Amino acid sequence: MSSTNNGTAVRAAGLAGRVNLQQYVVYFGFLAIFLFFAVVLKDSGFLTVRNLSNIVLQTAPATIMAIGLVFVMSAGEIDLSIGSIVAVSALAAAVTMQTYGMVPGIAAGLGCGLLIGLVNGVLVAYVRLPSFLVTLATLGLFAGVSRSMTDLRSIPVTNEFFTGFFGSGSLLGIPSLVWWTVIAVALGHIIYRETRFGAHVLAVGDNARAASVSGISVPKMRLAVLMISGGLAGLAGLLYAGRLQAAKYTLGETDLMTVIAAVIVGGTLLNGGKGSIVGALVGSLMMGMLNNGLILMGLSVSDQMIVRGLIILAAVAVSLREKSR
Amino acid sequence: MTATAALATTKPVLALQDIRKTFGGVVAIENFSLEVYPGEIVALVGDNGAGKSTLIKIVSGVHAPTSGSISIEGQPVAMASATMARAHGIEVVYQDLALADQQTVYMNMFLGREPTNALGLLDRRRMIAETEKLVTELDVRIPSAHATIRDLSGGQRQGVAIARATHWASKLILLDEPTAALGVAETAKVEEIVASLKTRNIGVLIISHSLDQVFKLSDRICVLRRGRQIGVRETKKTDKNEIIAMITGLQQS
Ligand SMILES: Nc1ncnc2c1ncn2[C@@H]1O[C@H](COP(=O)(O)OP(=O)(O)O)[C@@H](O)[C@H]1O
Ligand SMILES: [Mg+2]
Repeated sequence: MSSTNNGTAVRAAGLAGRVNLQQYVVYFGFLAIFLFFAVVLKDSGFLTVRNLSNIVLQTAPATIMAIGLVFVMSAGEIDLSIGSIVAVSALAAAVTMQTYGMVPGIAAGLGCGLLIGLVNGVLVAYVRLPSFLVTLATLGLFAGVSRSMTDLRSIPVTNEFFTGFFGSGSLLGIPSLVWWTVIAVALGHIIYRETRFGAHVLAVGDNARAASVSGISVPKMRLAVLMISGGLAGLAGLLYAGRLQAAKYTLGETDLMTVIAAVIVGGTLLNGGKGSIVGALVGSLMMGMLNNGLILMGLSVSDQMIVRGLIILAAVAVSLREKSR
Repeated sequence: MTATAALATTKPVLALQDIRKTFGGVVAIENFSLEVYPGEIVALVGDNGAGKSTLIKIVSGVHAPTSGSISIEGQPVAMASATMARAHGIEVVYQDLALADQQTVYMNMFLGREPTNALGLLDRRRMIAETEKLVTELDVRIPSAHATIRDLSGGQRQGVAIARATHWASKLILLDEPTAALGVAETAKVEEIVASLKTRNIGVLIISHSLDQVFKLSDRICVLRRGRQIGVRETKKTDKNEIIAMITGLQQS
């Protein structure tokens, strides 16, 4: 009896003092980190147009992956395999392109991502295995595949249209990587916020039973989000291959943590039901800026990893506080 | 024309005939027949395990009956899925609130059936307008159609669930213990909303453990005991003692 009363009291207090911290934390964080580096790294070239635009270009693949992960996490699932899809897709594209030309190369790259997403999706949605375990397994599996595919060698990508289209080119004076980012964010945002598909993804992550009795096919939605995520990670692989004019098994290796951090800091709940594509973009830019600033500050790679880990910890803490409110 | 005369001339929205349902070897429902007329509230009462929820699930397409027939407005129908039941104008309000907590009231009202505009995008304006109209009509007191479900009280949530059912049900609403999780004041409010459904000319079948509630709301009472239909009484012509006797088996009829 008294425990019920306590529960009600705690809940009432929580409602009264309600602040939607998680939704805005990314914008404050972004601003704070920007101002911090702007002051501390004033003389190290942080604020130059060249450096700032570099940050945007470098974060393009992570931003694209983050968009996919927003869909996955909003549906209450996780996709760890994106960390190795990037390299597999880039390598598949590079190898295929050498023999068959550009279009089959692109198809091979995107196809690999979609296919791995399909495998993840079928195992999660229809075999009912937890996505954490399934994608952890495929993460390891395809990290191995990308290593054995080319004997750890790097495969050059020489097709100039490809390297321009996915990498260093520009259209109307705007770099193609910026185009990719803008288009992916805009499309992702519209699909996530303004379509029935997006609404159903959120409903599945929020309350799968409610979604199911409302006539939404829960397995189909789970399969769909994992395929979107796989496909976008494949696209990220093409962007890497285009910009670096080569594909290697190391591509995207360190992105997984960055992308998860970007998505969570960006206001997407780990347990599903709520998220933001624009937040993920800002989160991704924030992580990129952090990387860039820490390098300019002269931090070692290991120190950078420690700082990034701490940021993720803080983000998760805020996210869970919000959830249990 | 008196109410009973009206009942005699209109077709029942729901007619169940000789429904039988077994789970493996266990007989959950046997020999069950019941008709529900438009504008009528029928209460389904019985002890725990009597088969009330199973009956609701049969009518809502979750379970197929082992034998027997279901007719909607005189037409025999096969209720093979929840989607099919919805297509026949039947909506269910679950006791454990099938709402998506972190979404808005208006998204929940239209969950799975969201209207879109010419571009294929969500028609939020229409969802919000229709939600506001309905919650005003039913007097569900929520802060706004934009409110998030988890910021609402239990009574407000059940109000939203009933409003959703009302919006979509053209024939029949099934309520499985809609006030089981609510406090006294919230229960009164939800009872008020359920009572107001009578004016909408749809049938209502409600399961309740509270005989006070049953006598307050219903036109007829159907008693189940161990999967068997014990009897149906007009609420005005019976009393709690008789119903209790029927539920517990101290009187057979
Ligand atoms: N899915 C099921 N599988 C097996 N037995 C079931 C199932 N659902 C209900 N039953 C059995 O059917 C009987 C009626 O249950 P139920 O309809 O839930 O009763 P009530 O809602 O009246 O308390 C019980 O004996 C219960 O154990
Ligand atoms: Mg029950």
